[in-house]
Amino acid sequence: MPAWLMQPRTGGLLLLAVVMVAVYLAAPNNFYLDVAIQIGLNAMVVVGLNLLIGYAGQISLGHAGFFGLGAYASAVLPVHLGIPPLAAPFVGMLCVGLLAFLVARPVLRLKGHYLAMATLGLGLLVFMLLTNESQLTGGPDGMTVERLRIFGERISGKDWWYLITSVMLLLSVWLTLNLIDSPTGRALRALHDSQIAAQVAGVDVARFKVIAFVYSAMLASLAGSMSALYSGFVTPDKAGFLHSIELVIMVVLGGMGSTFGGIIGAAVLTSLPQFLTVFAEYEHMLLGAILMTVMIFLRRGLLPGLLDSLRRRRAS
Amino acid sequence: METFLQFLFSGLTVGAVYAIVALGFTIIYNASDVINFAQGEFVMLGGMCTVFFSLWGLPLPVAAVAAVIVTSLIGVALNKLAIEPARGANVVTLIIITIGASIFLRGLAQVVFDKQFHRLPSFSGDAPIDVLGATLTPQSLWVMGGAAVIVVLLWYFFTRTTFGKSILATSHNRLAARLVGINVELVLLASFALSAATGALAGILVTPITLTSFDAGTMLALKGFAAAILGGMGNPLGAVVGGLLVGIAEAMGAGYLSSEYKDAVAFVIILAVLFVLPSGLFGRRGTERV
Repeated sequence: MPAWLMQPRTGGLLLLAVVMVAVYLAAPNNFYLDVAIQIGLNAMVVVGLNLLIGYAGQISLGHAGFFGLGAYASAVLPVHLGIPPLAAPFVGMLCVGLLAFLVARPVLRLKGHYLAMATLGLGLLVFMLLTNESQLTGGPDGMTVERLRIFGERISGKDWWYLITSVMLLLSVWLTLNLIDSPTGRALRALHDSQIAAQVAGVDVARFKVIAFVYSAMLASLAGSMSALYSGFVTPDKAGFLHSIELVIMVVLGGMGSTFGGIIGAAVLTSLPQFLTVFAEYEHMLLGAILMTVMIFLRRGLLPGLLDSLRRRRAS
Repeated sequence: METFLQFLFSGLTVGAVYAIVALGFTIIYNASDVINFAQGEFVMLGGMCTVFFSLWGLPLPVAAVAAVIVTSLIGVALNKLAIEPARGANVVTLIIITIGASIFLRGLAQVVFDKQFHRLPSFSGDAPIDVLGATLTPQSLWVMGGAAVIVVLLWYFFTRTTFGKSILATSHNRLAARLVGINVELVLLASFALSAATGALAGILVTPITLTSFDAGTMLALKGFAAAILGGMGNPLGAVVGGLLVGIAEAMGAGYLSSEYKDAVAFVIILAVLFVLPSGLFGRRGTERV
C-alpha cells in the first residue's frame, strides 16, 4: 500500500468518505439515514472536544451548553433579529467563540475535578438560561426553527441533510487533523504529556488551552445550529447535563486523542440506545453495563484499544 | 426577619442532605481517588428501598435498616466489580465508569421498582413548629438532626478509632499504609460501604419531604459534587460547609430572586469562589509534583 494511504489526513479521510457513501447506499430507509445524520452531528462536536480532552488534557462537562447556544442561535436570531437563517449559524458560532474566549482563561486555570465542576456549572447556567427566558426561547417546551433556504430552495429532506452533515464532518476532521499536525498541535500534545515540561520548553500553556477550548466550543456551536435547522425544532435538553456527559463519553469510548476513534465513539453511543429500545425497560441497565465493561477492559477507548490488541496478536 | 428565617430553615434542610452526599463523595475520593458519580443513586436507593420494603409489609424502622444494608452491599459490589478491576486507569475513564454505574443502577431501580414518585410518611407527624415567627416541620428537624448525628459519628470514627485512622492513613499514602500492615483492600471496601450507607440514610430522611423516584439521584449527585468542590475536594469539613452553603444559597435565591433561577444562584456562587480560590474554600493549596 502506498505510504500516503496510511496517513490519517489522506487515507483516513478517504476511508471516512467511502464509509459515508456506503452508509448512504446501504441505508434501507429514512430511519437509518436519520440515525446517521445524528451520528455525524455528534461526531463534529466530538472531533473538536477530543482536541480539548484528548490532546490538551482538559476535561469539559459543559460542552452541550455551546451546542445548545448554537442550536438556539439558528432558532432565535432569524425571528428576533432578522438575521437570515443561512447566516445565523455563523453569527452564533462567532458569538459562542467570543464567549468561550472570555471564560476560557479563568476556567482553564483550574485543574482536574475543579475544572470539571466549573465547566459543568457553565453548561448548567446556559441550560437554565435557555429554559427560563421563555419569551425568547419558548421555555422548556422549546421552539420551532425556520427552515433553511438556499436560492429559494427549501432544505429539509433527509438526503440533503445527510449530504450537508457528511461534508461538514469531513471538513471539520480535515481541519482538526491539520491543526494537530501544526505547531499548535505539537504544543497541545506536549501539554497533555506534562504541563510543566511544556512550560519549561517554552510553550505558552494558557494560550494553547484557550485555543483548544475556543475551537471545540465553536465546532459544538456549529453542529448545534445544524441540528436545529435539520430537525426544525429545539429544546433546552440539547444543552443539558446529560448531553454534555454523552459527548464526553463518546470521546473517551472512542479513544482520547484519536480523532477517528472519537467518530467511532459517536457512532456507537448514538446508535446504541436506538437499537437497545428493543429491550424496552432493560435499556438503561444494558447501556450502563456496556459502558462499564468497555471502559474497564479497553481503558484507552475502542479504537486505540482494538489497534493495540491487533498489534499484539500480529507480534506473537 | 420571619421570611429570612423561613428561607434559612429550608436552606439548612436541603443543605444538610447535600452535605451528606458531599461527605459520601469525600470518603470515597479520599480512600481511592475516585469521584463516584453514582453517589446520588445511593441516596435514591435508600429512599426507594425503604418505600418498597414497607410496602411489602416490613415495619418502617426495619425497612429503613434493611434499605441501608442493601445499599451498602451495592456500594461494596460497585467497588469489587467496577472500580477495582479498573485500578490504574486515568481519572476521566474512572469517572465514565461511575457514570455507567449510575445509569445501570437507575435502570435497575426502574425494573425492580417502578417509574412512579413515592413518599414516606413523616417520622413524627406534620404539626409545624413555630420558631420566632417562622415555621419548621418536624421532618426538617429529623433531616438536620440526622445529618448532625452522621457528621459526629463519622468524625468520631475517623479520628478516634483505629480502623477509621487506617482509612485516613490509606488516603494519605496507600503504599505507606500497606507497609505498616493496613489491609488496603478492606479499607477500600469499608469506605464504599460507609459512603453508600450514609447516602442511603440521607435518602430515607429526606424522602418524606421531597418524594423520591428512580431518577432522583442525578440532581443530588450534581449538588453534592458541587458542594464537595466548593468546600475543597477531600476535606470533610469543607464538604459539610459546602453542602450547607449550596443549600442556603439555593433557598435564598429562590426566595429573594426567582424560584426558576434558584439552581443558577448556587452555581454562580461556586464559579465565583473557584475563580478566586481555585481549590475551593478549604482545599489544600497543594504544589504539583513534577
